[in-house]
Amino acid sequence: MVLTIKDLPKDKYVMPGNAACPGCPENLGLKFVGMALGEKAILTIPAGCTSVIQGLLPGSGLKFPIINVPFASSDAVAAGVSVAKKLIGEDAVVIAWAGDGGTADIGFATLSGAAERNDNIIHICVDNEAYMNTGIQRSSQTPLGAWTTTTWKGKKERKKDLPMIMLMHKIPYVATASVAYPLDFIEKLRKAASIKGFKYIHLHAPCPVGWRFDPMKTVSVAKLAVETGMWILFEAINGKVVISPPSKPYVDKTKRKPIKEYLSIQGRFRNITEEILKDLERQVDENWETLLKFT
Amino acid sequence: MKGWYAVVDEIILPLSRPTVGVAGRTGTWRVNRPVFNSEKCIKCRLCWLYCPDNVIDVNEANPSNFITIDYNYCKGCGVCVDVCPTKALTLVPER
Repeated sequence: MVLTIKDLPKDKYVMPGNAACPGCPENLGLKFVGMALGEKAILTIPAGCTSVIQGLLPGSGLKFPIINVPFASSDAVAAGVSVAKKLIGEDAVVIAWAGDGGTADIGFATLSGAAERNDNIIHICVDNEAYMNTGIQRSSQTPLGAWTTTTWKGKKERKKDLPMIMLMHKIPYVATASVAYPLDFIEKLRKAASIKGFKYIHLHAPCPVGWRFDPMKTVSVAKLAVETGMWILFEAINGKVVISPPSKPYVDKTKRKPIKEYLSIQGRFRNITEEILKDLERQVDENWETLLKFT
Repeated sequence: MKGWYAVVDEIILPLSRPTVGVAGRTGTWRVNRPVFNSEKCIKCRLCWLYCPDNVIDVNEANPSNFITIDYNYCKGCGVCVDVCPTKALTLVPER
């Protein structure tokens, strides 16, 4: 059965009036997690924008049970919670919700450890492609040529292909998602919740503040990333890659929009050279080629 | 047992509870206000789905005024205006 907007539950798991910036993609992501899993979800959240969204003590901006943990330990804590829940016989989906810093850089050791142990948790990486909470510093997920406060002339290195690294951990479920395709994301979350073992979902989340675009364009930019082929939506069950429906038309190179459309809408790519543009185009082709080898 | 703490084995632990408006009346942040025109609405629910702050409510029982926006907390980001396929929502500058 295909999921439609009408089937989605109306409970609010992101409370109105929280501390997120206008047009925040993390808010959107959390909202979809609430729609997908509801009361079953338990989140462990390291330092990052999400801990700001939660707000200060007497109140919380989110309706999930949340444990705030030190930066590098989100997966380790989540694994513990998952085992504890199993021992008392409660049905729960434990999610480690971390940003790209908490996943790809600082949190990578525990992420890799939990994946190797095959702990029964879902790790969601909210990839806004820099350290937005502390003031837009570069991370290993920042793409080539992008401006940040620590790479004024544009980043000189490529983006680390984290979903592929997680695929190579041979875990039961790896998927990529985008905030612009909520139904796809919700279906993937529900599927991940039904699988036992370590699940990894990489959520692409365009940040209006750090990427320098109008807050109203959050969804459009996320959509453009998929339509230009810069971000590929796929899921892999036991290592077998299946391209997800929103990305399927773009397997054909000629159907992809020119990546300039995606780059020109963002202020962080304002100063890129022709050379970097060519390299980015080459990267898109390479990423598709590598991924399609696993299908 | 409501409040900022929970007692577990006689130990008081700090505990936050979900509250509307933890960051205050975020509606005051707004620069542009989304205004709803019920005549153009095709009831696709995309604005409700994509509203980052969950301030849009769908009134299934009232088709003449299908959505309501909570202006106390709407930050005026305009995502709803951007995703609306029929331009039933428009951004109007706040006075």
